[in-house]
Amino acid sequence: MSAGAPFPESVPRRVLDADAVDTLVRRRARSHRIGRWVIHALLLILAAFFLMPLVVMVMTSLKSMPEIRTGTLLSLPQAPNLDAWRSAWSEACISISCEGLSGNFVNSFIIVIPSVVLSVGFGALNGYVLTKWRFPGANFVFGLLLFGCFIPFQIVLIPMASTLGFLGLSGSYAGLVLVHFVYGISFTTLFFRNFYVSVPDDLMKSAKIDGAGFWAIFVRILLPLSWPIVIVSVIWQFTNVWNDFLFGVSFAAGDAQPVTVALNNLVNTSTGVKLYNVDMAGAVIAALPTILVYVVAGRYFMRGLMSGAVKG
Amino acid sequence: MHHLFTRTAAAALVGTVIAALSVGAAHAQEEQVEVLHWWTSGGEAAAVKVLQEDLQTQGVGWQDMAVAGGGGDAARTALKARVAAGDAPAAAQMLGMAVREWAEEGGLGDLSAVAEEQDWEGVLPTAIKEFAKSGDAWVAAPVNIHRPHWVWANPEVLAKVGLDAAPATWEEFDAAAEKLMAEGIVPLAHGGQPWQDATIWDAVVLGVGGADFYKQAILEADEEALTSDTMKSVFDRMRTLRGYVDPNFSGRDWNLATAMVMNGEAAMQIMGDWAKGEIVAADMEPGVDILCTMAPGTEGTFLFNTDFFAMFEVGEDKQEAQNKLASSIVAPAFQETFNLTKGSIPANTEVSDENFDACGKKSMADLKSAEADGTLMGSLAHGHGQPAAVQAAYIDVITEHFNSDMSSDEAVQKLAESVADATF
Amino acid sequence: MRSSARLRRALPLAVLSPSLLVIAVGVYGFIAFTIVVSFTRAKMFPNWDWVGLRQYPRLFGNSRWETAVDNMLVFGSLYILASSVLGLAMAILLDQKIRAEGVLRTIYLYPLALSFIVTGVVWQWILNPGLGIQKMVRSWGFETFELRWITDPDLAIYCIVLAGVWQVAGFSMAMFLSGLRGMNEEVVSAARIDGAPMWRIYQRVIIPALRPVFLTAFVVQAHLAIKSYDLVVALTQGGPGLATQLPSTFMYSTTFTRNDMGLGAASAVMMLLAVAAIMVPYLYSELRAERPAS
Repeated sequence: MSAGAPFPESVPRRVLDADAVDTLVRRRARSHRIGRWVIHALLLILAAFFLMPLVVMVMTSLKSMPEIRTGTLLSLPQAPNLDAWRSAWSEACISISCEGLSGNFVNSFIIVIPSVVLSVGFGALNGYVLTKWRFPGANFVFGLLLFGCFIPFQIVLIPMASTLGFLGLSGSYAGLVLVHFVYGISFTTLFFRNFYVSVPDDLMKSAKIDGAGFWAIFVRILLPLSWPIVIVSVIWQFTNVWNDFLFGVSFAAGDAQPVTVALNNLVNTSTGVKLYNVDMAGAVIAALPTILVYVVAGRYFMRGLMSGAVKG
Repeated sequence: MHHLFTRTAAAALVGTVIAALSVGAAHAQEEQVEVLHWWTSGGEAAAVKVLQEDLQTQGVGWQDMAVAGGGGDAARTALKARVAAGDAPAAAQMLGMAVREWAEEGGLGDLSAVAEEQDWEGVLPTAIKEFAKSGDAWVAAPVNIHRPHWVWANPEVLAKVGLDAAPATWEEFDAAAEKLMAEGIVPLAHGGQPWQDATIWDAVVLGVGGADFYKQAILEADEEALTSDTMKSVFDRMRTLRGYVDPNFSGRDWNLATAMVMNGEAAMQIMGDWAKGEIVAADMEPGVDILCTMAPGTEGTFLFNTDFFAMFEVGEDKQEAQNKLASSIVAPAFQETFNLTKGSIPANTEVSDENFDACGKKSMADLKSAEADGTLMGSLAHGHGQPAAVQAAYIDVITEHFNSDMSSDEAVQKLAESVADATF
Repeated sequence: MRSSARLRRALPLAVLSPSLLVIAVGVYGFIAFTIVVSFTRAKMFPNWDWVGLRQYPRLFGNSRWETAVDNMLVFGSLYILASSVLGLAMAILLDQKIRAEGVLRTIYLYPLALSFIVTGVVWQWILNPGLGIQKMVRSWGFETFELRWITDPDLAIYCIVLAGVWQVAGFSMAMFLSGLRGMNEEVVSAARIDGAPMWRIYQRVIIPALRPVFLTAFVVQAHLAIKSYDLVVALTQGGPGLATQLPSTFMYSTTFTRNDMGLGAASAVMMLLAVAAIMVPYLYSELRAERPAS
């Protein structure tokens, strides 16, 4: 840790008699209990702060429009119903088709799954190569790859569009998957590389002595260890690609639009009455997969982070 | 464990490839037009559906490319991406100035065959023709004509202060506003978004300065006009109007402001005729339950904005379908149906006004006289006054002035500078 | 034998090459493209109407850009500071052997799962005086309660900070928590035996030990702040008026809405320079300091 002793030597060590110890313990116990109370109270207040928007979204989606107009944000729904949900999922008219968000939901999966598989797969390989098969300039190459994490996406829209057109991939799922691969590979490489850096080389050395080659070492030694970081990468990539709007709106053909674009179409009426309950139901539907991922795999996310994914 | 992983991944990949391929295959059948637009909900979507069904009867399939939001902002980006990729849609919705800018870039097709057949030269008003044509070629089909400078007023609320009609001059407006505020009624319902501020500003320039001043100051961006005393009085008037709106105006959507007029919270709103959609949806009758008059001083002139479908150059195989789309759009039958639903009036002047409501009839009559008088002019706020960069330069200053305590002198200075920079 | 050895040496590079290729084109190629376009008078699309450096003085004299940069400094520093402090506080609180830790952690983390658009839409509603918190509190009887930051040009930027921090503090917390958990227990217990109060221990021992995590958190949050576009668009659309413009919204509206691609490219170059100014030194120190584990 930091250099030097944490405390000056002059902190007095007190010699205590039995009564004094007793009082001290009891006082400490009380302040300890008060302390625990304070801690729990703070945590609860924070939890309320973080939960509030989700609660608002869900409650609004269960209300009817007249109720929304006359009620307030947190007023409980008087006759909760799932009409708005049904509408958002399968009935709401988005432009000329009245099929709700369900079709676009599927589109998002078609886009997300290959993107995640490709970027996590290559990220792992890149991390492996950059740490275990060192060549001169490996760190420099890693640095070059890393800058891709920081490029604002609006900048690349036009040149990427020209490139996709040049490759004949404009308006196709494959084109969009490629785009997400390009801008995801930097992150996944970062995660895997930082993870593999802390895997001791001895494991590799003994395997090499046994005659194992490039792929064998990767598959049989590194991969089994990698589950925490695979999960972190998958969660990160899944979330980013699922929530993407800009690339989806620019590069996806009309019927291949992801659910974020459809949600925008649903919510943004330029004229006409805004159906807040349907909008909120749609927003929750669009957010469900990523929320579920965090709820279910959140624990592994923590574990993955602790095993050094994003360490300084 | 990783066997399962690899097998699942492989399956996912194979499934994806098949899905992607099959999407491509499905479209090789009938004649198709791909149309980009931002009419994704409510009456507008219903109107688009009318067009789709019309084309269906002619054997043309409709490939929908809908992108909502911001008056076409995201749609514009999507369109640029598609054109940059060399994959332009057959048609894209856009406003007049955008058609002109796209025509300059090149890449728009030629609809002259259709135009001759339907006599576009004869049935479209002059100002619209100027946008629909690039040189001698017809590049876009107009769908409607909107008029942005209406005053929508609640007659019951006006009656409370002894008025039986909305004010026709700015002096009357001030007098009415005083009385209304004394009764605790908001004189002017407004949504504080830049385009709404600009909508009012257009009307004020026209009302305070007249048609010729509007031409100089806006359509020609003449620096003298921009820094003139007339322009200063325009900003003075805007400052007064700022005092007539309620404190919650900032960021409010326009339809919520219309609702304020309808439920009596406010007396008037200066807004385009798309407000009719809200009025009708609330079971009220435009012209009767909510009065429609022109913004003070603008009677006898006609600012307009039109939705066009610009046609991009497509391969020969798509030309037929594209022509059918263009002719369907301008055909009287569609023009009538669409505009009845949307609240605007037909661009095709051959359509009779029989089925339109009182406000629509007035609009169609005013269109004819303005065309004759030469006072039919494009609206700046709605993309028919100046190209995008210059338009934005105006709106920046308008909205900054409205949302601060900037003086009129400062405002005209900034306006001239802003416009000059935008023409770099 | 020799050819297979050469193959073996080529294999790592071969494996890296797809990624290197796409980054070379998709990142560096496009950055070069943007720089070139900033030297032209491109309008709707790139054209080669060369004007040298003239877009840059035009950019620096533009009042919208000025507002955007000011906002970036305010928003960026508050965003990073607030989410780091809040994240650290939540991590310290959660580290106190709380029974409901798993549930609480999920609650703090889930906002990261939401897209910026959803976050912006919901918070816009919550902060709207006529629909959200102000209306609600007034309905509870506090007739004069006001929370109208979002309509105030001077205060609207703080609404964006609020929504942004709400979204990202959980991630910050996760990093600090993993840092706390990975800490050497012995030094802490030694300090405690010495009789020092807990807050002292935090101040003198624990927080300084989290220095590397602060750095990473700073980098991640700085890059999120610079990229903030969806959030602003969804929450305030850059308003009221132009009060909450950020460089990213400026670049987008200049390029795509105002058809002024040359100026937009110049602003993009400035954004990239700002990012590089933060990231390059960090990356350099990161990668220099690392000695490979062997």
